[in-house]
Amino acid sequence: MPETILQMQSINKSFPGVRALHEVSLNVYQGRVMALVGENGAGKSTLMKVLTGIYQADSGNICYQGKNCVFSSPKESQDEGISIIHQELNLLPELSVAENIFLGREFTRWSGRINWPKMKQEAHYLLQRLGLSLDPARLVGRLNIGTQQMVEIAKALAVNAKVIIMDEPTDALTDTESQSLFRIIRELRAAGCGIVYISHRLAEIFTVCDDITVLRDGEFIKEVPAKDTHEDEIIEWMVGRKLTEQYPREPGSGEQQTLMVVNDVSGPGVKHASFELHKGEILGVAGLMGAGRTELMKIIYGANPISQGTITLNGQDLNCSSPQQALKAGIAYISEDRKGEGLVTELSVGENMVLSALKSFSRQIGVINKTKEQEAITQFIQRLQVKTPSAHQLIKYLSGGNQQKVAIAKGLLTFPNVLILDEPTRGIDVGAKKEIYLLINELKRSGMGIILVSSDMPEILGMSDRILVMYSGRLVGEFESQNANQELIMRYAVGRTTEEEYV
Amino acid sequence: MNSPVQSTKKSSTEHWVQWFSVENLIRHKSFLALLILVAIVSLFNPQFLAVDNLLNILRQTSINAIIAVGMTLVILTAGIDLSVGSVLALSGAICASLIGYEVPVIAAVFITLLMGSLMGACSGVVIAKGKVQPFIATLVAMTLFRGVTMVFTDGRPISTGLHHTADQFAWLGTGYVLGIPVPVYLMAIVFGGGYFILHHTRLGRYIYALGGNESATRLSGINVDNIKLIVYSLCGMLAALAGIIATARLASAQPTAGAGYELDAIAAVVLGGTSLAGGKGRIVGTLIGALIIGILNNALNLLDVSSYYQMIAKATVILLAVLVDTRSK
Repeated sequence: MPETILQMQSINKSFPGVRALHEVSLNVYQGRVMALVGENGAGKSTLMKVLTGIYQADSGNICYQGKNCVFSSPKESQDEGISIIHQELNLLPELSVAENIFLGREFTRWSGRINWPKMKQEAHYLLQRLGLSLDPARLVGRLNIGTQQMVEIAKALAVNAKVIIMDEPTDALTDTESQSLFRIIRELRAAGCGIVYISHRLAEIFTVCDDITVLRDGEFIKEVPAKDTHEDEIIEWMVGRKLTEQYPREPGSGEQQTLMVVNDVSGPGVKHASFELHKGEILGVAGLMGAGRTELMKIIYGANPISQGTITLNGQDLNCSSPQQALKAGIAYISEDRKGEGLVTELSVGENMVLSALKSFSRQIGVINKTKEQEAITQFIQRLQVKTPSAHQLIKYLSGGNQQKVAIAKGLLTFPNVLILDEPTRGIDVGAKKEIYLLINELKRSGMGIILVSSDMPEILGMSDRILVMYSGRLVGEFESQNANQELIMRYAVGRTTEEEYV
Repeated sequence: MNSPVQSTKKSSTEHWVQWFSVENLIRHKSFLALLILVAIVSLFNPQFLAVDNLLNILRQTSINAIIAVGMTLVILTAGIDLSVGSVLALSGAICASLIGYEVPVIAAVFITLLMGSLMGACSGVVIAKGKVQPFIATLVAMTLFRGVTMVFTDGRPISTGLHHTADQFAWLGTGYVLGIPVPVYLMAIVFGGGYFILHHTRLGRYIYALGGNESATRLSGINVDNIKLIVYSLCGMLAALAGIIATARLASAQPTAGAGYELDAIAAVVLGGTSLAGGKGRIVGTLIGALIIGILNNALNLLDVSSYYQMIAKATVILLAVLVDTRSK
């Protein structure tokens, strides 16, 4: 039995209103790679934040090298030899490779002057160890993402890390770069490091990992040696949750009248996507984070440039190069990022609602007809049951669910034919979710074509008439919802069907 | 700034009583600061409250206040315009030479305002289409237009001349209607216009939205570039109006006119509680801010403070006001 370097036991962590981790355990063994898998929101990142001292656990035990430890800051855990390589790289592009590697721990002479020759030499050794022929004096910003990732790893090695955590390290890498990363992981493993490898690409996990820990909904499900299991079993453990929520599903109208056709569309993060949307239909789009779902929606909405392909709405060619044109043509998009891209937090509920449709409440030369505006606002506050003391309330004081209703109202006020909802129920309590589902159904009855992008698998299954699955920028599967189940969708979402590409 | 729950309708007396409640005065700190300032100054020099002096203050404030209205629009979009002083000088020079050629006053004013808008639009295009930071774009414009002014005037003042047209034109800066100076009327019109734009037009709503969250505004189907273009053009037009008033008052355009005015305008906007980060602020606040600066200038003169110390005193008051504002947020 290999030696355990790090043991996290019965970790609990709650945030106001959410239980993020419940009795979670994780073991990291010397000279082995531990995979940490789970759906979006399963608690992987939270667990790593607890480990590295960004969050403090409410209860539980962290045993590191035989001693009980509590880390109160990332610096403390790093000093003890626990390094994390985040999904987004934390490098300073305007500094050299050597400066980045030894940031905060520069070698100095007695006078306080930096000892450049030593810095470069040490950096050179580290890079050599990673099999990288790279001039330590080069600026990090000039390197490609893959090499930057290597610099990040060199940084982890420089602190003599005994435990290295990699959070989705291959997301930004090409296949060749991924291959050399795997080679380095094997070398680190041979050198006796314990590695935690977080990824949703199951094929990779079976390539580099020795053990697998599965989390689901903040709970520890299982730890198994990789050789004793297979991908389908892992998927089953990842999604094994029951459909606890009720979805007010409504049968489709049956008649399939084509509303929108997306044909071979490519753009940033999207490759050759083709699909059809019918009138009075809810089309679910599933996939993991970074699969290109939001990117595809933004291309349709004109917010991202289209590099190839055509989109037709009601038989007419659409060429939206801005959201303005899309809204005019009858496409509305409600962003997944309410605070960043959806709402203007310093404006009131009413002002946010009418922002997209303000033209229809204006007299000549852009003077707002406040009576007409107020009528529409009052009507939509009632129709969507937005809980707010008044239309003049600043939107930032509303709960997430009510903010989301206002965001949807903003789209509805333009009276669209196609409504794209990107993660419409993320971070919303159960009651408000139900109300939003009912609203979606009502819109479906009225003949609107609805695209529902969601990471919440039961939601997709419970609401959609048809389901599309995306994986690394491509549409890889399409199902009638009665033929779909969580395992099937997850298998497509983790690229199980395209596994051949990896080997 | 905004109470979570909007008050329901109250009778008008109740409304006014509420407006002057301690609570409300603390919320409208800039107004409180203005009252305190007036109280202190009139204590030291009762002459301050004389009608003539008050009108004088308003007239002196008008130029900065008019520029500050344009600056408020720009700052609400999370931008800044450093070029207003140079635009003022160049517009003034253009206007003075038009009047010098005996172009009818109305035509001269119209052409000058148009030129001012175009100068603002130049910054606007660079910011909206060239994606250049407003600070840099308008810094360039500031230097450029000052240079053009110097070339255009050959570094010398341009007189409006000695003829009937020049006399008519001078009325804009020196005239009185019903005992109140003409520039004060112009200031009132500009503030009224600014208030109307911000609170009753689509443009105003978009200005707040753009300053509050640019990507959300863009994704709401609003042409953000156009808004920026319009706002900087308006700011340039108002700087030109200020230039017209300054020229009319002196019957000549100075090539160095308006130097440093951008900072007075920014100070007025910030004193009025508008956030430099954009999206938050009120035009009424800017009026109060401009008045504070105007009164400060006037009072320090009345109190016989030397002009060297005046700058220090002004800096201190502005710093204090802004500190109080930041800390209470």
